[in-house]
Amino acid sequence: MTDAKTNVNRSPRGNITRRGVVKALAAAAGAAAATGVMPGTMRYIQAQTSAPIRIGFQLHRTGIGATYGRWYERVTSAAVKLINQGGGIGGRELQIVTEDDGTDPKRGAEVVAKFATQHKVDFVFGTLFSHVVVGSSPAAAEHKMPYFVVSEGYHVASGKMNRYVFQPGITDVRAQVSSMAPWVTKNLGKKVTMIFPDYAFGHDHRDYFSAALAKQGGSIAALIPIPATETSFTKHFARIPADTEVLYHVMVGPGVLTFVKEMGEHFGSRRPQVFGFIDSLEGVDIASPGLEFLDGSYFWEAMPRYAGKDQTAFDKFYRQAVGVNDSGAAVSDPKDVSTYSHMFGCWETLYVIKAAVEKSGYKSPTAQDKKALVEAVESMTDFAESNQHPQGAKKFVGRIHQAFGHQNISKVNGKRLDVVHRTSIQDGMYEPEADYTKMPL
Amino acid sequence: MSLGPNLLLALLEGTLAAFVLAVTALGLSLVFGVMRVVNVAHGEFFMLGAVLAWAFSQVIPGMPAAGFLLALIGSPIVVGAVAVAVDRAVLRRLGYEPEATIIATIGLLYVVQQLVLTFYGPTARPVVAPISFRVLFPWFGYSGYKLIVMAASAALLIATWFTLMRTRIGLVMRATQFDRETAQAFGIPVDRVYSMIFALGAMLACVAGVLVVPIQQAHYLMGLDPLLLSFIVVILGGLGSLRGTVVAAFVIGLSDGIISVFFSPTLAKILATLLVALVLVFKPTGLFGARGR
Repeated sequence: MTDAKTNVNRSPRGNITRRGVVKALAAAAGAAAATGVMPGTMRYIQAQTSAPIRIGFQLHRTGIGATYGRWYERVTSAAVKLINQGGGIGGRELQIVTEDDGTDPKRGAEVVAKFATQHKVDFVFGTLFSHVVVGSSPAAAEHKMPYFVVSEGYHVASGKMNRYVFQPGITDVRAQVSSMAPWVTKNLGKKVTMIFPDYAFGHDHRDYFSAALAKQGGSIAALIPIPATETSFTKHFARIPADTEVLYHVMVGPGVLTFVKEMGEHFGSRRPQVFGFIDSLEGVDIASPGLEFLDGSYFWEAMPRYAGKDQTAFDKFYRQAVGVNDSGAAVSDPKDVSTYSHMFGCWETLYVIKAAVEKSGYKSPTAQDKKALVEAVESMTDFAESNQHPQGAKKFVGRIHQAFGHQNISKVNGKRLDVVHRTSIQDGMYEPEADYTKMPL
Repeated sequence: MSLGPNLLLALLEGTLAAFVLAVTALGLSLVFGVMRVVNVAHGEFFMLGAVLAWAFSQVIPGMPAAGFLLALIGSPIVVGAVAVAVDRAVLRRLGYEPEATIIATIGLLYVVQQLVLTFYGPTARPVVAPISFRVLFPWFGYSGYKLIVMAASAALLIATWFTLMRTRIGLVMRATQFDRETAQAFGIPVDRVYSMIFALGAMLACVAGVLVVPIQQAHYLMGLDPLLLSFIVVILGGLGSLRGTVVAAFVIGLSDGIISVFFSPTLAKILATLLVALVLVFKPTGLFGARGR
């Protein structure tokens, strides 16, 4: 079953993308054809070895992470295409080998092992859901496989993973929530009730937002964990204390629309201030019926879904390459809303891998080359805002394998989101609690 | 919120869960009661209902009520046809052997799930409720559509009871349940009754799925939860006992609502499972189950 879902990307010549994306990228494809007067292999001829670099893409194509997976795949295809048009990685073509992990930790570990033993890829990348990352990481260490996740959770930075696991493309939850807390207490209120998923990712929110809140003189009115498989949420809203000033919500999985809708039914217009993580609405149209009550509430966004007045040229470039319109939906289907605040991580991570390979002189999956690659990533410190890093500049802390970037707070204004505050990178940084570089390779 | 409103919300949510569960579990109970088949794919019929409801709602865009009505009629017909086909092609060939049919329906579960994944995709898709209004209590608002789901489920339960107890076809079904061989000797076409029962069971799950989809969204993995809960309910109420199924659905649904609101949802699940374990140890036939024949 899974084998049937395996496919090997041969960008830019192969037929890899979904039909919709191909349509959206028609312009880019045209340009590729125009520059493609040279035979495909000629473009990579300057490299010492012309064998392609192969990256295993651990994809949530099915299971509860499928909405994210769909967009992670589109962004990855778009980035691979551009990288190959620019001459590949160190002069070698970049190929993506995709395996579906069903958003399942056990399957995730199997997929990583399969990449190492069967596909014999150079690196693995692309995992989002925290439980899958945590489940797959031991397999990455066992096979000495550099493993680049795009997951947000604090698990990488906490030091609980291993020397092979990196998160260079997206800020972790601890940094995100620490940088949000001062703004929330200053502008919305100090008594906060938190609703969060009852597993690793949600626990990061609970622990680090509570801590950051206490530092600002705020307090937690109630903590409401939601079990992972919950399909109906109304009963949980009963536990929100009446004196709550700010309702902080973060939810993931197929039930997110239900979650927000039921919150609207429960509160109507008599709601406290609402501050949510956009995760609660990723892949969901904010104009969906039943979400009117969100007007005037606030969301964290890593990357603003709606192109606003502060849109950078880099965001414009990235949007066009991926095929996303100014409202954050697919150009080919305006109903297909993207996971804009997460998927850029795939794009940026691929460029970090490219930089690391070129810096370390990595050639083949030998122990020596992998060591050089791991150390090359660990020695990185800054990523400048650019077409390669369209979400914004980032600092990378090699000791904890984690990137730190800017965060945004956006207000819901008549069915769209407008950025009202952008944090500095420093706002989210904390003292590292671990040091991967001391671990043996 | 204070105790009173909290309890009201818990009761509302619990009653909703109980009604939906009762309809779903009734289908499972019926199939087991008459055919002695443990249908592990029962939850997939629930999921098919939801997915088909989405498909039918796309047929008439812009008119959610008409699309939903179409789904309410069309989905059970499609699912019923699928169930009859499964009965004829698989279950009958296995001679309704209990062990063989369990394995076969596990296979069916995966076949249905993967077919839906292939043709419908892994995304959760919303279906707009046919009627949407908010019931305003002094302390909180509540979805009006959920009240309608309760009413519709109650009507469905009554209709099923009436069919089984007051109609000729129900009499035939009960006769087949009571003693298959004697029924056959009296000229009852047992094979056809079995097909009908299997279709009816699947259709009940399907309608529950259709009713629930405007609340939950259609997703290819949504069948697992109702399946597990239905098993809990059916074991608790006594396999094959319709009255037991409905009573047990209310015990599970209401306790889940109340315990979730006042303590935690995880505790509710722990207690429900513990209850099933206790029933299995001390009264293996379930609360209302008759001794096996």
